[in-house]
This record gives sequence, C-alpha cells and structure tokens, in this order.
Amino acid sequence: CAAEVRHRRQVAPGVGHRRREIMLIIVCIRQVPARDWQPRLNDARTWIREQDATYETNEPDAYALEEALRLKEKHGGQVVVCSAGPARVVQVLREALARGADRAIHVEDDRLAGADAFVVAHALASALKDEPFDLILTGLQSDDNGSAQTGVVLAALLGVPHATIIMEVHAQGATLRVKRELEGGWFQWINMPLPAVLTIQSGINQLRYATLKGIMAARKKEIRTVAAPLVLEPRQKIVSLYVPEKTKKTELISGSPIEAARELVKKLREEARVI
Amino acid sequence: MILVVGEERRGRLNRASWEAIAAAQQLAAGRPLVVAVLGADIRAVALELAAAQVTEVVAIQHAALEPYTPDGYTAALEQAIVQLSPTVVVLPHTYQTRDFAPTIAARMERALVTDVIRLRISGENIAYARPMFQGKLTADVVPLGPAPHFITVQVGAFRADQASRGAVPAPVRSLSVSIDSTAIRQTPEAPFQEARQAVDLSQAQRIVSVGRGIKDAANIAVAQRLAEALGAELAASRPICDAGWLPMERQVGSSGQTVAPKLYLALGISGAIQHLVGMKGSKTIVAINKDPDAPIFEVADYGVVGDLFDIVPALTTALKE
Ligand SMILES: Cc1cc2nc3c(=O)[nH]c(=O)nc-3n(C[C@H](O)[C@H](O)[C@H](O)COP(=O)(O)OP(=O)(O)OC[C@H]3O[C@@H](n4cnc5c(N)ncnc54)[C@H](O)[C@@H]3O)c2cc1C
Ligand SMILES: Nc1ncnc2c1ncn2[C@@H]1O[C@H](COP(=O)(O)O)[C@@H](O)[C@H]1O
Repeated sequence: CAAEVRHRRQVAPGVGHRRREIMLIIVCIRQVPARDWQPRLNDARTWIREQDATYETNEPDAYALEEALRLKEKHGGQVVVCSAGPARVVQVLREALARGADRAIHVEDDRLAGADAFVVAHALASALKDEPFDLILTGLQSDDNGSAQTGVVLAALLGVPHATIIMEVHAQGATLRVKRELEGGWFQWINMPLPAVLTIQSGINQLRYATLKGIMAARKKEIRTVAAPLVLEPRQKIVSLYVPEKTKKTELISGSPIEAARELVKKLREEARVI
Repeated sequence: MILVVGEERRGRLNRASWEAIAAAQQLAAGRPLVVAVLGADIRAVALELAAAQVTEVVAIQHAALEPYTPDGYTAALEQAIVQLSPTVVVLPHTYQTRDFAPTIAARMERALVTDVIRLRISGENIAYARPMFQGKLTADVVPLGPAPHFITVQVGAFRADQASRGAVPAPVRSLSVSIDSTAIRQTPEAPFQEARQAVDLSQAQRIVSVGRGIKDAANIAVAQRLAEALGAELAASRPICDAGWLPMERQVGSSGQTVAPKLYLALGISGAIQHLVGMKGSKTIVAINKDPDAPIFEVADYGVVGDLFDIVPALTTALKE
C-alpha cells in the first residue's frame, strides 16, 4: 500500500503542471456540531447522538474560505469547496457557495461521519487528485475531532508541500510566501512552490458573511457528488467517549447575582486576599 | 522498544520534550526506551537528554535539519524509525510536531493519535485518552494497524519533573541519515515577534479576561468597568482578538501571552487547553460562565454559574460598596 501512495504522489496532476494565470483554490470544509451544543452520547458511548446535534462550519475553515476568496479577488481564478461526509454536510457547502465559492464537491458516504483523519484525508485525496489545483486550504484543526492531521496527510497523499498554522498568504507567480504562527506570539515567513497545501489559523482575516444576492446566486452553482473510495481503512477507534473526570474542586458561589457578587468579593478579600 | 522524540530549538531542549519522556517512561514500564533528537548541532542537547532514565540517546545530526522544515524532518525521522523499529513513537504535541508528524505517519501508513492527555494501560492493552469536541468530551482511543503507532502528548498533560533521571548518564549514539537538501521544498526565514506594544500582561497583578460569552464588541465596556473597579488589566481569549474587539497583544494563551497574576477573572471563557496553558499559573482563578460543565471550572478556585451580564455589573457594584 505504501507503494501505492508513492505512485499516487508521482502522478498527482497538481504536481508540475504548467503555471496558468488563473488560480484554482480548493478549500476543505468540515461540518461540526455547533459550539453551544450540549454533548449527548450514543448508547454504546463511542460517539455522539448525531440526531441531537445542530451543525455548523468548522471555525478555521470559514477563515480558510475567506482567504481563498480574497486570493481570487486579487489573482482571479476559481474557488472550489469540498466536504467529505454524509448527506447533512451539503449544508456547509451551500453556505460556502453563498459566501462566494464557485462550485462544490461533496464526497458522500455515511462511513465518513465520525471517521478518523486518515480516512477523511484519503476520501478528500481521491476526490481532489484530478483537480488541477494550485492551492488547497484546510483549517488547522477541527472543533470536534481536533486531530490537526487532515490537511498535512492530504498534502502527503497528493505529493505536494505544505505549511501549517498560517496567518498570511501571498501568491507570487509560481511561489507562495506564507506567515506561519509559532508558539507564544512568534511568527516565521516560509517560501515554497505551488501547488501546495496550507492549514489556516482562525483570525487570519476578517470574515464576511453571505448576502441575499450571494444566497440567490448559490442556487445556480454546481454541487458535484462523488463517491468515497470503496475501501476506507480506519487507523484508530474510539472505545469509549465520556464527560471528562473532574479533578479539581471549584468553590461554586450561588445565590442571586447580587448575593453571589457580594460573597465573591468577600472571599477574594478575606480568603484569597487578592484584592 | 518505545521511541520518544525530543524537540530542540536554537540549541535548547524544550520542556515539552521532558513531558514526552515522562509519558514514554509510563508507557515503557521498564521496557527499552530510546530518546531521539534531531538537529544540525545537537551534541549538548543529546548530553542533556542522557540524564533521563532511558536505554540510549540517539542523536540524528545533519546540516539540512537547521532550520527546521517539515520535509527535512520527515526524511530524517522516517529513516531513523525504519532503522530503530519502535512499537510506539511518542512526540510532544507542539506546533512543530503538528507540522511533520502527520506526514511521517501518512508516508508509513501508520496510526497517529494526537493530543493525548492520559495513558489507559490494562495488561497488554493500551488506550490513549484525548480531548474531543473542544474538551467537552474525552475519548479513549485505540490505534489500529501495524506498529509503530505514533502518539503526541498534550503540552502540560504530563509533568516534566516526573521524568525519571538515571543513576548514570545513558549512552549517546549518533545515527546517520541522508537528506537530499535540494528536495526540501520549504524555505523558512528567521522567526520574529510582531512589534510589541505597551502592554505587558505578564507583569499584571490582576487580570479581567473576556471570552466569546461577551457576544459583542460593545459589551467589552461591561468588563472594562469591572477591570477599573479592580485595578485590573483587560485581556481576552483568542476569538475576541481575532474579531478585532481587543488588540492581539491582550490575547492570553499558547499563541498569545502567558500570565500569572494574583487574580485572573475569566468572563465567558470556555477554558480550551490553548487558553488554559496561558493562565493556569495564576494564583487565584475566578470563572463566570453560564455552562456548569465548561472546562474553565477545572482550573477555577471560585466559580459563579450564570449569565455574565447579570453577575459582572453586580460585582462591579459590590466592589465599590
Ligand atoms: C493552535 C491553536 C492556538 C490557539 N491559541 C489560543 C490562545 O492563545 N488563546 C486562546 O484563548 N485561544 C487559543 N486558541 C483557541 C482555543 O482553542 C479556543 O477556541 C478559544 O480559547 C475559545 O475561546 P472562548 O472560550 O472565548 O470561546 P468559546 O469556547 O466559544 O466559549 C464561550 C464561553 O462563554 C460562555 N458564555 C456564553 N454566553 C455567556 C453568558 N451570557 N454568560 C456567561 N457565560 C457565557 C459559554 O458557556 C462558553 O463556555 C487556539 C487554538 C489553536 C488550535
Ligand atoms: N470531513 C471533512 N471534509 C472536508 N474537510 C475536512 C473534513 N475533516 C477535516 N477536514 C479539514 O481538515 C482540517 C483539520 O481537521 P482535523 O484533522 O480533523 O483536525 C479541517 O479544518 C478541515 O479543513
């Protein structure tokens, strides 16, 4: 199977294709449970009860889309959004089309709900390998899985270079100059050739929202459904999912807001002595 | 054999490396444990690592490993792993590891379990506990497929000071790898900090910090009044700075400032790990949050469960009484 990966790397159509004026940018978008969703587990306690969750676009993916739209405004070209998952993920693709993406690819398969990053990256790679992309943007990590792997694995599968946790993107001809966030407020510029994969950090830009005009225009845009590879080989399995054990005893202060406020001030003055 | 990979930066080993060693020692439970370190000049770092209770230190030295690039590291570490054939590879879950570990795992087609906070060992079976859904849930995860399995451990989850030191220094061996430097596609420049402005939150005695629970830029004033009443600096979680509601320099957390005031008041902050690492050293932590299950209550000394828009003004008034 390793040979297959290497083979794919050589034939990846993105690699070595002639530079054109027009950029093709692909943005990978994941649908995740909404931020204010209260977790409920399935009976086996191995996954959430999906039917109870409301869903939204993974936060950094929204920034990745915005960055792609800005690059398109500057350099021309096309923005294609791609999401892998069951039928429900079409919703985040529609939203992306309303915000300005040109077309969408839905890798549809029920096995992709709750799948690990390897499975998802393989599904995305099989759908994207024939697109003559210049740039693929993903979020740096998902709010639900939090694996921080998919974009980097996708780059490896497609045989293109990558950079992670990106806070600024400049395309100059066939090269890319990106600002990579490091820990503790440090940054670093990285230059690399196109085509490439970047994982985008939240806050890279200011988001714009869909307009009514955009929503109307989106109705005419294409959402192409493609199948996932027949064999999807998971690399990990959740054996148990649970609410984290509490290790620390927080002193909870109750009562009306005024009572709680007075009590807290008293504690901070007399017990903690910090004010 | 368990392999743990230390992280060297500008000639120094970071604390996360010792945390990874502590985790790997737990996992090895007496079985052979090798620690590897990569870089262009790592003699000093290798000697430092030799103090750990490990079977041996493997130094992977090559000019093309400085500066760090994912292509260079991937090439070198993949060769080392093939030669050493470990069953598990343990790495710290740093920005650098996030940048190259998935590539190696993908190329070798092996499992990678990231952000591990605990080891669940029962006999021969091992599961790795990791946060999911923004820390609302924890999952016990089992890697599938052939060895080696890769795991990355969350920064701060294992204690560096619990890494056992050996009675005598461990042997240091160098392992040679070949790297074709023309095949490295990324050209990095030197790291830099954005020009720092007047605020140095690390010196603040008291901090009032706002999170997304504040809902709107206009509501920052509510927190501002509390900060004034307390003589505190105003700080924020990342999304508040991302939205431009407060300047970046007031961001607390792994990609912002690390603070340790006498009092840290978290208003409408959920307590994601990237925020916690920046403030959990505070002497007294107070959390005000409407969600009783918010992870911020894991580090808070005092908590008020409720709507911050009711409690914060009441608190401001109570302070003036
Ligand atoms: C590589 C990386 C680096 C990062 N670096 C940082 C960093 O340096 N600093 C940082 O902060 N984050 C950082 N993050 C982001 C982090 O993961 C979280 O997304 C972020 O900290 C969440 O911010 P929050 O708590 O304000 O928002 P949320 O998680 O949305 O939480 C909002 C909270 O407000 C509560 N709330 C809502 N309304 C009310 C109300 N009326 N009254 C009371 N409570 C209310 C909710 O219950 C919830 O708990 C980083 C992420 C990554 C991946
Ligand atoms: N099912 C999916 N469909 C499309 N993109 C995805 C999917 N899962 C993950 N991604 C992308 O990969 C990034 C990292 O996800 P993860 O590896 O799960 O942390 C996300 O921010 C998305 O951009």
